[in-house]
Amino acid sequence: MFSPVYLDHNATAPLDARVLEAMLPYLGSRFGNASSRHEYGRQARRAIDEARAAVAAAAGAHPTEVIFTSGGSEANNLFLKGAAACLRPAAVAVSAVEHPSVRESARQLVALGWKLREIAVDRAGRVEADAFDAALAEGASLCSVMLANNETGVLQDVAPLAGRARAARALLHADAVQALGKMPVDFRALGVSALTLSAHKIGGPQGAGALILDKRVELAPLIAGGGQERGLRSGTENVAAIAGFGRACELAIAELDGHARRLRRLRERLERGLAALGALVFGSGAERLPNTVFFALPGLDGETLVAQLDRAGFACASGSACSSASPEPSHTLLAMGVAREAARGAVRVSLGRGNDERHVEQFLVALADTASRLKRMPAVAV
Amino acid sequence: MLKLPIYLDYSATTPVDPRVAEKMIPYLTEKFGNPASRSHPFGWEAEKAVEEARAEVARLVNADPREIIWTSGATESDNLAIKGAAHFYSGKGKHLITVRTEHKAVLDTFRELERQGFEATYLDVMENGLIDLAHFERAIRPDTILVSVMLVNNEIGVIQPVAAIGEICRDRGIVFHVDAAQATGKTPIDLQELKVDLMAFSAHKTCGPKGIGALYVRRKPRCRIEPQMHGGGHERGLRSGTLATHQIVGMGEAFRLAREEMAVENERIRMLRDRLLRGLSDIEAVEVNGDLDARVPHNLNVSFAYVEGESLIMAIKDVAVSSGSACTSASLEPSYVLRALGRSDELAHSSIRFTIGRFTTQEEIDYTVDLLHRQIAKLRELSPLWEMVKEGVDLNTVQWAAH
Repeated sequence: MFSPVYLDHNATAPLDARVLEAMLPYLGSRFGNASSRHEYGRQARRAIDEARAAVAAAAGAHPTEVIFTSGGSEANNLFLKGAAACLRPAAVAVSAVEHPSVRESARQLVALGWKLREIAVDRAGRVEADAFDAALAEGASLCSVMLANNETGVLQDVAPLAGRARAARALLHADAVQALGKMPVDFRALGVSALTLSAHKIGGPQGAGALILDKRVELAPLIAGGGQERGLRSGTENVAAIAGFGRACELAIAELDGHARRLRRLRERLERGLAALGALVFGSGAERLPNTVFFALPGLDGETLVAQLDRAGFACASGSACSSASPEPSHTLLAMGVAREAARGAVRVSLGRGNDERHVEQFLVALADTASRLKRMPAVAV
Repeated sequence: MLKLPIYLDYSATTPVDPRVAEKMIPYLTEKFGNPASRSHPFGWEAEKAVEEARAEVARLVNADPREIIWTSGATESDNLAIKGAAHFYSGKGKHLITVRTEHKAVLDTFRELERQGFEATYLDVMENGLIDLAHFERAIRPDTILVSVMLVNNEIGVIQPVAAIGEICRDRGIVFHVDAAQATGKTPIDLQELKVDLMAFSAHKTCGPKGIGALYVRRKPRCRIEPQMHGGGHERGLRSGTLATHQIVGMGEAFRLAREEMAVENERIRMLRDRLLRGLSDIEAVEVNGDLDARVPHNLNVSFAYVEGESLIMAIKDVAVSSGSACTSASLEPSYVLRALGRSDELAHSSIRFTIGRFTTQEEIDYTVDLLHRQIAKLRELSPLWEMVKEGVDLNTVQWAAH
């Protein structure tokens, strides 16, 4: 069977075979409900405890700081809405390039009396420290800045921002969904109040994520019920996915250095080829994730390019999967001051474990072919 | 050869049917796409699988696939339905009605809404665990906007009269939510017939995987809810977050199997339950909790008088059962459901929920009956209360000395 080359790892990554192996017992004979007091329940509880320790270790946190959720979106919602519910309404400040689950959660707080502040980024996509300070000065008590952007891969220097937030007695949350497994993530060193993680971006299963939470932060749950996760997240634990998340974290940490180095080499090779084609790489002035390239070829529409690349056997994206239903240009690029027309040209390639030098070479050839073909068809060029 | 402990706790969770697991595996290996990816076949393949599963879930309950919203489980579905509808319709009124024997996912959500300024009525149940319809009608107020009643109780398995409740709610323009987590595959559900506006489902109580559930949201007449999780706008904006394709596929397959096999399976399970009931009926001072007719065949909840609850659980370690629901079994409080039936603390403490399912065998039931006979006899031998009862003392007339 013809199988396209997968270059969309920031949307979701294939499950690691070793992770599947760790999950299968919980889809088989170890099926208990972790709240049950009999042996089936205890088996499930042990699996969750082990996974909690592994997730904590991967994020430089203590196991008791890990709250399992159904994924990154839920963790982002839980922190912003849950912390806001325990604070007097003031201002909530989120960077202009956050994931929709952060932006929309923050927007929901407006109806509860909160003021929404968007923290500007510079042309390279980095949060401006002055803009962050200004938000704090305007009374922001709740802030969120992601560690790495899902579209551009641009990294934020969160630790100094966390220091400023602490000095202003504000809570800072960081969405680390795209960062985990591609760069070191250390909850203590970052000094943030909370951190969002997701399993399926690091070779774990879809359906598991976590909020790492400083226990001094008061939080109201989003989902009430049986009182699981210290009452902060009710609902029968998804044992198989949690076990898979734990295993994926162990592997991510054990293999981080080699993996990141390999990805960076592939990305550099890709970017040399793109430069030769005259591509513009967004966020290239900033430090970025080793696996992500968000680029445009002047005069070519991104959607069209991605569709043509798909036909040539390469699966990439014109932006994040979460907003891929909308025809709007990437909000991340607009926030960086990229013109709408240029933003419409964007194509995201995000590399992963299964990719090698050959894929990159083949992709560059296909891209050059597609581009020259499209340029001869003025109707589709923008 | 019997594998110990024998699993008789199917209402806590069920094994994943091997046929379900098999269907899930490809989505954990080569078909790993994000269903929201629109630009390549990995995404399309995942989206197609998600939609096929949605159709299967809808088919089991005779609904339109467009009325099914994926969630992480029934607890989330209950939260989304109750908070979502209460907030959406709060302009019409602030009064909500539910029942004392509901699952914690409903009761705790009601408590949260009370803290936010809603008023709630918690209906008592009759001694058989069912609600009294006349009593329910009297509880309705002009400002009642939402009623939540479970279809099948998780502890005693009784089936509430949701058809009649639905008629009453529809007549008065009240949104009606039903927690059906324990009902799918156990009793037929026809949402074309039932006047239910919202219904919560779970996969892992019906031989599907944990971590996936759904909420039915009626289109005609249209029921509106406010989303509780925001982000990428998945599930038509009602529930954001990347869909877990393999789990969704598993839920679809589990519900397909339930639809196809329910009739035959339930007869087999009823036979096993009746065998268990007959076997336990020989033991003295045994009482069944909850109505035996309006009840799913999977459940038998029994109180063993004059036996101490914790010792009983320890004595029958070879069978995995629970003394309440799994969600509250970490606490040593007696079951609030049994208390609501009027059982004393002591009797509630010495009650066992046996729940039978797809993989239970007759041999396992016979072993369980035999074990209970032996262990109850042994425990009562040590019980001074039992000795008094056997001597003909009416314990209610005894004046106990204070310590």
